[in-house]
Amino acid sequence: MTAPQWFFAYFAGMITLLSVVMITRRNPVHGVLWMLVLFVHIAGLYLFLNAEFLAAIQIIVYAGAILVLFLFVIMLLNLKKELTVRKVQKHWVLGAAIGVIFALFVVTVVAGITVLPPLGEYSIEAIRSEGSIMTLGKVMYTKYLLPFEIASLVLLVAIVGAVVLAKKRI
Amino acid sequence: MDMSSGFSLLSIRPIVPELTMICTALILLLLDLIVKKKEVVAVVGIAGTLVALYGTLRLYGFSEPLTVFSDMFVLDGYSNFFRLIFYLNVILTICISLRYMVIEKASFGEYYALLIFATTGMMIMASASDLIVLYLGLELMALSTYILAGMMRKQPRSNEAALKYFFLGAFSSAFFLYGISLTYGLTGTTNLKDIAASLQTLNITGNPMVLLGLIFMIVAFGFKIALAPFHMWAPDVYEGAPTSVTAFMSVGPKAAGFAVLGRVLFSAFGAMQIQWDSILIPLAVITMATGSIIALAQTNIKRMLAYSSIAHAGYMLLGIIAGTPGGLASTANYLMIYAIMNIGAFAVVIMLRREGFQGENLDDYMGLAKSHPVASALMLVFMFALTGIPPTAGFIGKFYVFMEVIDAGYTYLAVIAVVFSVISAFFYLRVVMYMYMRDPREEVALATSPSMNFALAVTAVMILVIGVFPSVLLDLVKFSIPGLL
Repeated sequence: MTAPQWFFAYFAGMITLLSVVMITRRNPVHGVLWMLVLFVHIAGLYLFLNAEFLAAIQIIVYAGAILVLFLFVIMLLNLKKELTVRKVQKHWVLGAAIGVIFALFVVTVVAGITVLPPLGEYSIEAIRSEGSIMTLGKVMYTKYLLPFEIASLVLLVAIVGAVVLAKKRI
Repeated sequence: MDMSSGFSLLSIRPIVPELTMICTALILLLLDLIVKKKEVVAVVGIAGTLVALYGTLRLYGFSEPLTVFSDMFVLDGYSNFFRLIFYLNVILTICISLRYMVIEKASFGEYYALLIFATTGMMIMASASDLIVLYLGLELMALSTYILAGMMRKQPRSNEAALKYFFLGAFSSAFFLYGISLTYGLTGTTNLKDIAASLQTLNITGNPMVLLGLIFMIVAFGFKIALAPFHMWAPDVYEGAPTSVTAFMSVGPKAAGFAVLGRVLFSAFGAMQIQWDSILIPLAVITMATGSIIALAQTNIKRMLAYSSIAHAGYMLLGIIAGTPGGLASTANYLMIYAIMNIGAFAVVIMLRREGFQGENLDDYMGLAKSHPVASALMLVFMFALTGIPPTAGFIGKFYVFMEVIDAGYTYLAVIAVVFSVISAFFYLRVVMYMYMRDPREEVALATSPSMNFALAVTAVMILVIGVFPSVLLDLVKFSIPGLL
């Protein structure tokens, strides 16, 4: 294997491993801390794909802001009961079996394909020539203007929903 | 940079109905702070929807599809027809909600705003010609319906419905995104027409990864339209959500799901019809079987209608399996008819709910014809329509779909569908039998209101008119297909 392949194999393998470790922790705080490590590895994978802006966003927004929010919520909920419940539920064998079969299926399908050359107008060279932030900003406000605006609506609905479901008196 | 990918005023025109709906929803959010009476909020919501409807009707039946926003949004006959379903759905839902939400002590102004937001999401889905826009439209719709399902904040049943819908919906979104990413990885584009072109030029229609991407997308859409085996959420969510929301989400997300399923399969994966047919045919048979057979055992009418809606999804899928323009049109036609009769049936269910009386059990319908002959007659019409008995619209819907699927050479599927229709007659007509042939157990009073009467009248009249003069609807449907393929 070449150096980039080792790099990718490490990050992809660690992401899978860390996901499993994260969801099997009994203590929710430990789970969140493992998620922090997971997010850093995802950021590493973004860097590997020449998307340094996304990598920075991944660290700042997810690892920084969202994880702190998670910890806050866990702290407020005071989850004592979670520490005593069984880690695995009744049907875990069935679930694990389905998961393994599904993973094998995806792996065989993905392994069997011929890799196509890079497609589309934004090749690595094109992005490198003007920088990834500039490219991202340009396409977001021109080609992807509509999805960008719809995303703002989705966020508005989320805010309204949070108020409707959680506020004491509305 | 070329200007065509930029923003211009002309590109606004096709999304005027969406913008109208968004403005309406925002006005409702603000209006709710000023006005105490929720009726005013509801009326403004209906008025805004009518303005959007006017905008759609002005553009209805033109020949050329208009694509704007760098080919991400398309206005064609197909999306226009589905918009009509969504408008009808939201207006009727608001009409049947007014008194019911007061009874449930969940009458909030945000409820109406969220209904409009969800409808906007459906409209965006139906018009999306790019997978990213499609996904965002789907999330806008889904997020609004999750919240609507949990509107009765003090009732654990409603909370459970919202949470269940949310988790499984997020799960299905993950499938959809995985499907998009695989397709994008192979074709280098998320635009539906470009995907079709790439599949041809790269000659990868037989590629297993393309197929895997397609399967993931079908799974995600199958979740939204409640196809078996992705239907598990439906009965619990339909039962727990406020009944008016159940009516709304048994029609809206299902119609939107079918709209995107049809568009993605026909315009992006048209070359892979053999592959997707071999996936959809077993799904359709399992769906019809699950819906019709499990519904027999239900004693709660909301659960029964949930399984009925699963069975109907199976019948509607036949039109897409046919793989012809006529087949797709028959599915669109069926969806419109299903919207009318299903909301009608839920309207009657809602009327039985009063303070201190759930009115959701089949037993509550015993002898209803003696005390409330008109309501019973209406329920009779809706149940006949859902069964598919002429001269109701339900018969036209089924007839058209079966005809198309036979024309496409799948006679055995039509035979299976007819068999399950006959089975489904048992549980639909059981409601009729309870109303007319049993003695009342206790006195049942109905919670009527002018808007409720209006909704009932509209649905019942439309069912009978379309049943007797199907050309009324078929004239609208025939504009839906040209330009899509």
